[in-house]
Amino acid sequence: MANKQTQFQSLVNSIPKNIFAGFVVSLIALPLGLGLAIASEAPPIAGVISSVVGGILVAILGGSNITITGPGNGLVVVLLSAITTLAAGDLQQGYLYTLAAIVISGILMFALGAFRMGILSDFFPSSAIQGMLAAIGIGIFAKQLHVMFGYTNVQGSTVDLLIEAPDAICNFLFDNHNNFIAGIIGILSLLVMICYSKIRNRYFQLIPAPMWIVVFAVGYSYYYELILQQPYPVSKDLLINLPDKVLSNLAFPDFSILLQGNFINVVISITLISSIESLLSIKAVDKLDPLKRRSNVNRDLKALGIASSISGLLGGLNVVTVIARSSVSANNGATNRWANFFHASFLILFIVLFQEQLTRIPLPALAAILVYTGYKLASPKNISKIFGIGKEQLVIFLTTLLVTIFTNLISGILAGIVITFVIHTILNKSIGFFIRNLFKPNVLMYKEADEKENYYVSVVNFCSFLNYSKLKSKLDQIPAHEDVIVDFSRCSFVDHTVMENLHNYIQTFTSKGGHFEVIGLDLHGANTNHPFALRRISASKRMASRNLTKRQKSLRFVAQDFNWSYKPSRSKPFQFLHDFSYFKTKKIRKVKNIMTNGECTLFDVIYTEGEFIAKQVIRSTMIHVQLKSPLPLFTLDRDGLFEFFYHLVGYKDISIEGHPDFSKRFFLHGHNQKEIETFFTNELVLFFESNTYYHIESTDNGLLIFHKERLASVKEIKAMSDFAMRLRNTIFKKAKKTKSLQEC
Amino acid sequence: MFNAQLIFVHVGEHSEEKEGLLQSILKEGNEAAKNAKLLFQSGDPVEVILNVCALEKIDLLILGALQKENIFKYYVGSIARKLTRKAPCSVLLLIKHSVVRIPCKHIVVNGLKNPKTAETIAKSFYVSQKLGCKKISIIEEITQGEIHVKVNDDISLRRATIAKQKLTKREDIRVKDILDTIEAPLKSEIQIKTQSIFGKRGYSIGHYARVVRADLLIMNAPNKTGILDRIFPHDMEYILSELPSDVLIVKENVFQRR
Repeated sequence: MANKQTQFQSLVNSIPKNIFAGFVVSLIALPLGLGLAIASEAPPIAGVISSVVGGILVAILGGSNITITGPGNGLVVVLLSAITTLAAGDLQQGYLYTLAAIVISGILMFALGAFRMGILSDFFPSSAIQGMLAAIGIGIFAKQLHVMFGYTNVQGSTVDLLIEAPDAICNFLFDNHNNFIAGIIGILSLLVMICYSKIRNRYFQLIPAPMWIVVFAVGYSYYYELILQQPYPVSKDLLINLPDKVLSNLAFPDFSILLQGNFINVVISITLISSIESLLSIKAVDKLDPLKRRSNVNRDLKALGIASSISGLLGGLNVVTVIARSSVSANNGATNRWANFFHASFLILFIVLFQEQLTRIPLPALAAILVYTGYKLASPKNISKIFGIGKEQLVIFLTTLLVTIFTNLISGILAGIVITFVIHTILNKSIGFFIRNLFKPNVLMYKEADEKENYYVSVVNFCSFLNYSKLKSKLDQIPAHEDVIVDFSRCSFVDHTVMENLHNYIQTFTSKGGHFEVIGLDLHGANTNHPFALRRISASKRMASRNLTKRQKSLRFVAQDFNWSYKPSRSKPFQFLHDFSYFKTKKIRKVKNIMTNGECTLFDVIYTEGEFIAKQVIRSTMIHVQLKSPLPLFTLDRDGLFEFFYHLVGYKDISIEGHPDFSKRFFLHGHNQKEIETFFTNELVLFFESNTYYHIESTDNGLLIFHKERLASVKEIKAMSDFAMRLRNTIFKKAKKTKSLQEC
Repeated sequence: MFNAQLIFVHVGEHSEEKEGLLQSILKEGNEAAKNAKLLFQSGDPVEVILNVCALEKIDLLILGALQKENIFKYYVGSIARKLTRKAPCSVLLLIKHSVVRIPCKHIVVNGLKNPKTAETIAKSFYVSQKLGCKKISIIEEITQGEIHVKVNDDISLRRATIAKQKLTKREDIRVKDILDTIEAPLKSEIQIKTQSIFGKRGYSIGHYARVVRADLLIMNAPNKTGILDRIFPHDMEYILSELPSDVLIVKENVFQRR
């Protein structure tokens, strides 16, 4: 009961914060809503309806925490083509048909959520999604650039519009026409958008850039009316047109072409884009959540579907989760769904109170906002970033981009998927490899049954966008405050989509106090140095050593931290390894990732056991400690894994007198029982008892320490090297003591 | 080693040459090999071997098998696979043929909730004593469906985690009960480990065996399977299509029962 009380109290306490966040978001949502609706050739109010309905319904029904919902950028292109083509050019009728499509797509989205298809977005390669978003950005940019200069009547495909853009600029600059002032307002608005982030003034930053534009534009019109007492020099058709009575003039969808092919096409496009955009945004916004909650994606999809349908029935656009507005909300202190709710409430307030003022906003000012967003979506920076990941990603990106621009979104994303798959098969030189293993489960996850209880996830065959959902469903079952190790050493191909998503997991786990590490990729080659580059075992050795994995980079960092030296590879394995009895029956292939400070040497070792058909390749991380004083030959082990082997060679378990607990917990083997008994002094026994368990072997002047027959994560490596150093010090101190005793 | 008589079956025409060759191979072996019986029969290999199994009241059928099957074989079925399914007795599939015996160090056994499991676990202790194996891991595979909680957000995740812990405990107790029924001498000097895995049945254990590099995997006998089971693979099919190690499939022997 007390718990409920405090929960309620904290909810009440959070309301003022969320009212403020909602207010700030509504400032940006108002111009964006109007602008997005105009850009889609829908009545401006449609965008605001979508924000209001979305804000209220998703706040009540949704499953995410700090997301803001409303009309989305991604849909502009689809809605625009739907409104202009569905009724063969009749915009009003096309708008009514499109509303029907929005209602149906809302129902489909609800179904997607109800059937838990939130995973659908995982099947799209991330470079293809990037390409699709860039294509949408170019589409918005091409159209709105003309509007920004005051030409609202341009028509044509994205390509045509882009080709005409230089002409439009020339016309604007050199022809005398009555749109000049409107165009200047557009250009100034664009400058505000660009410079906004560069002006670091607290009071200026309080109001978002789009609202500044609206304030300036409306203020300018009042300046003409009240001070100059002149007519506003922007023509009536370049101003926003709002119905006189917003609430009584709502449009109602027209369902009469329900079964026509192009209508169905529009429904599918809208559903596809709005679910992808929402899912991507939810994923991204979850990382901004100050309370680190996890959104219920399917529940959110259902809420968005209901909101879309109702918005469509009221004459509004689609409702999707939007990333830019959500991040503004998070930055302004939103902590729960109330922010979304209040953003909708403030929008209603604005429409009711400032209806007259809103009609003074010139379209070029709103177009400038959209030109800026379009540019951001398709900025050259994104392209160079993708090129940095790999040439093949650029091919995927450009294919999706071009196909989307020249045909439509659905063909574009399909082309992206196909080209990604083709590239993967070419890189691996095998199509059978993918087909054979596509539907097989390839992920194993279990909690390692030792004292640390970390989660171990092993992936086999290949891991790409095609079967990423299998890995994801396992990873999602791990609470983010746990320790996770993902092992790819049995997996010969990992693609960019997976690498990027794993990176997201690393961030989530770090922010929630857990630990997420990827191992077993050090042998996989990558074409570039980017951490998200796809990695495959078939790449040449040269490539593998040139481009370090994330693990290797952090090892280098750890080495620097400890003042150790680090080398990613070594041409020949260490000779001293052969002296250890563990390696008597094993063949050492390679030694990699060597960290050393002269006395302790930590390394990954790849060795084989058995021959021919019985051959098994094993990778493990070990540490070798060089000691000056001679040691007795012994093996210390806990789980008895190696005991069998020593029985054969005639070793037996040695128990140390006075330490029954130690003798019970550890298996100690060696030839010379006397020497070993004197070597294991009280201090040393205590040291082993109080530390985590490692398998330890000795030669006459060195110790070999390792934990498991698999590679260790960076965290485990740190623990290991610390253990080794302390063990060395303990033995060193002991040696000193006995020496001084002997001298006495 | 098991004090059993070996019977070698050669499917094909009998000829002096072949018999001589086989005999010379067997002569190099130990006592059991020298006393082995040689049978020559021609016909469809699957039928012949099944007939011999029935006639000679075989307890264990040993087969060599390919580690991976190609797609055609996968759907049509190799000889080893057919025999595995139809044999009336336990079957040992060997993938690592080696002249020198590789010591068997680690056995992985399934601990499914199934009436056959108790028998399988008991047999695996018998086998590991005979092979001198010192470590047995019992894998309890728990299907995702048993959790009854779908992970959507933090709250359902917490609930699912708790449910998993409960299930793990329950399974551990169940396996412990089975272990208690096994006589102490069989268990002596063997390290027993139990591990719960949440995942696809049959698949997880194979993957686990690969990860821990087990030398022998011991499984319950599958129920009857048809072509549909290969199109929608489950349980045993995963292991048969990609053998992680040598596999012993324990079947209750029909002849013993009589």
